[in-house]
Amino acid sequence: MTTETVSKKSLLTPFNVITGLILVMGAALTVWRFGWGIGAVTNLDNNNPWGLWIGFDLLCGVVLAAGGFVTSSAVYLFGMKKHHAAVRPAILTAFLGYLFVVIALQYDLGRPWRLPYPFVVQSGTTSMLFEVGLCVALYLTVLFLEFSPAALEWLGLKRLRNLIHKLTIALTIFGVVLSTLHQSSLGALYIIAPAKLHPLWYSTYLPTFFFISAIAAGLSMVMLEGWLTHKPLHDKMSEEYLAQHDDLYFGFAKGASFVLMGYFFIKVIGIAVDNEWNLLGTGWGQWFLFELLGFVLLPSVLYAIGTREKNLKLIRWTSLLTVLGIILNRLNVSVIAFNWHLPSEMRYVPSWQEIGVTVFVCTMLVVTFKFIATRMPIFYDHPEYKDEH
Amino acid sequence: MKRRNFLGLMGAAGVSATLATKAQAGGNVHFEGYPGSRGVLFDATRCIGCRKCEIGCNEVNNLAKPEKPFTDLTVLDTARRTENEAYTVVNKYDQEGGAPVYRKIQCMHCLEPSCASACFVAAFAKQPSGAVTYDESVCVGCRYCMIACPFEIPTYTYDDPITPKVIKCDLCDANIKAGKISVPGCVNSCPKEALVYGEREELLKIARNRIGANPDKYIDHIYGEREVGGTSWLFISGVPFSEIGLREDLGVTSGPELNSGALSVVAMVPALWPLLLAGVYGITRRTDKINTQEKADAVAQAITETQDKANSDMKAAMERARNDKEATVKREVAKALEEAAKAAEEGDVEKEEEGA
Repeated sequence: MTTETVSKKSLLTPFNVITGLILVMGAALTVWRFGWGIGAVTNLDNNNPWGLWIGFDLLCGVVLAAGGFVTSSAVYLFGMKKHHAAVRPAILTAFLGYLFVVIALQYDLGRPWRLPYPFVVQSGTTSMLFEVGLCVALYLTVLFLEFSPAALEWLGLKRLRNLIHKLTIALTIFGVVLSTLHQSSLGALYIIAPAKLHPLWYSTYLPTFFFISAIAAGLSMVMLEGWLTHKPLHDKMSEEYLAQHDDLYFGFAKGASFVLMGYFFIKVIGIAVDNEWNLLGTGWGQWFLFELLGFVLLPSVLYAIGTREKNLKLIRWTSLLTVLGIILNRLNVSVIAFNWHLPSEMRYVPSWQEIGVTVFVCTMLVVTFKFIATRMPIFYDHPEYKDEH
Repeated sequence: MKRRNFLGLMGAAGVSATLATKAQAGGNVHFEGYPGSRGVLFDATRCIGCRKCEIGCNEVNNLAKPEKPFTDLTVLDTARRTENEAYTVVNKYDQEGGAPVYRKIQCMHCLEPSCASACFVAAFAKQPSGAVTYDESVCVGCRYCMIACPFEIPTYTYDDPITPKVIKCDLCDANIKAGKISVPGCVNSCPKEALVYGEREELLKIARNRIGANPDKYIDHIYGEREVGGTSWLFISGVPFSEIGLREDLGVTSGPELNSGALSVVAMVPALWPLLLAGVYGITRRTDKINTQEKADAVAQAITETQDKANSDMKAAMERARNDKEATVKREVAKALEEAAKAAEEGDVEKEEEGA
């Protein structure tokens, strides 16, 4: 199937119709939000200043975009060179992930046009959020540069492309440094609120939890995306990409199995250090165990079985399980187990408009990804730059 | 605060200023508040729940009048929190078999405020006067201060699309500095002297004296003396503080102190990660290089070995061929000689026969 027949047929496909409707709804919600204020569209209040837009759009958005630094460091720094073809899709996803995290943040900030203030007007360097902001801003730049060779190849700007290509290793290392910092700092945001976050989720190890789980999330997202893009973008994928695809799954699944096992251990250590075993018997304890056993220990074991038995199907479903588990964890920390001490009528539940904006932002991400992946050399090597790894 | 502590503190402040970070991770510096800073002592045994303090606050700060008038005390039947239009509220706590106890709440003006530690534009500041102030002109509206505040005090004007801001009590700092008033609005309008405004050190003495003079009337604890590192507002009460809506599980660690561990690691990451990663990259490259070299060596060796073997095989074959040839020649010669000899013999016999 060629791209031409796709674009001719595509105008009234179910995908396009649903996407169009979501984009129209999103545009309306955007006018509503910025014309009438945060209060008009959200269920946020003085007890619950952060809701879905921080819990999902920011926390989950950033952690699920960890595939970029995980894949690029695995390939360029840790010697998994044969999986070279997996880097570009991962970098593109990460770049778009962060870009739309920043876009989504505009809805949540009271005065989004002041977003550069921490860097140009007055810096609150004691704030964990300052670190998050600085690292995300820098990392977005790094990801843009890491992604740019694909765009420059597409545009035919050879010299600039070759110049940036030379920076690959430096950018990769810088990317890992920045990712380590802001992935962990997102967890560290909650260290200041021990009185509000349930003790089973609160820990001074929160930064470590967030960073280690980000590695598992990154590995799993690369596999999940490989699965999801396989059919729709198959004709865009090079033989090299397809040939090493299964092998990549086995390598990444093995890695994710170990990382999740490590994550499981440090979560248990977190309970042991604060001596919170008695809380495991409570309702919250069961919810905690549901997350820890069902979405950390179980995928770790399933990944191991999948790798040993070379079971691609099992590995794919496990990647979905892991990603859902990471989302559950971030929502537990930011929304579900946060303000657990408040009576139920004072607890936060997102409004349909908040969910609508989140869906809108996710849809824009998918559309942009599709636009770029069907035009630029993402899943295949540009013919002029083949063999240049 | 003692003079010695103050000098030590100033010294530490100088050091931390040169380090450009306010986190004192691992340091043994403990901030006990600015010397001479002021606060308010609230005595729950004296409060009668008349809401006069709410009126005073409302008037001094030019806030919108509430729907139900301040004189309507049925408002006290439901628990309330601070709101955009109410920097302070009084709540009623019914006691079994006794008169209800009232408790006023507002910004506690922490000695080391979590909101100030959390703000990424440093919009909050602990003033030497004792007040924790907020600067709207730099606020981005992230509301992390509201997440950080252990007393759930700051509120936000969510319905304002253009200039939303955080709202909280500023201990009437602006009004006092402007010379409009000398005592916070709430304190000034309390008819029962349940509120005392003064230097925090003095307030602690007054509180201790009251508890000491009436040990049966008071719980032996000054709420705010140590909670979350100490607050400029201090509470004394005749009933446990948790029964009048003051959490007793907040601990004595201040927000900045909670953060200091995580903040101290931050600098280590950009300092050490590149070394480690460049090292891993170097090892990977070296391993690749060694592997390539070993492969090349092995190939070269294999080629040499094959060639040597081929050569020796060839030599052996040649040798064998030569030997074969020689043997054949020898055999042929021997055969020829034999035949010649035979022929000669036969000739002799013929000759003998002929001669006979």
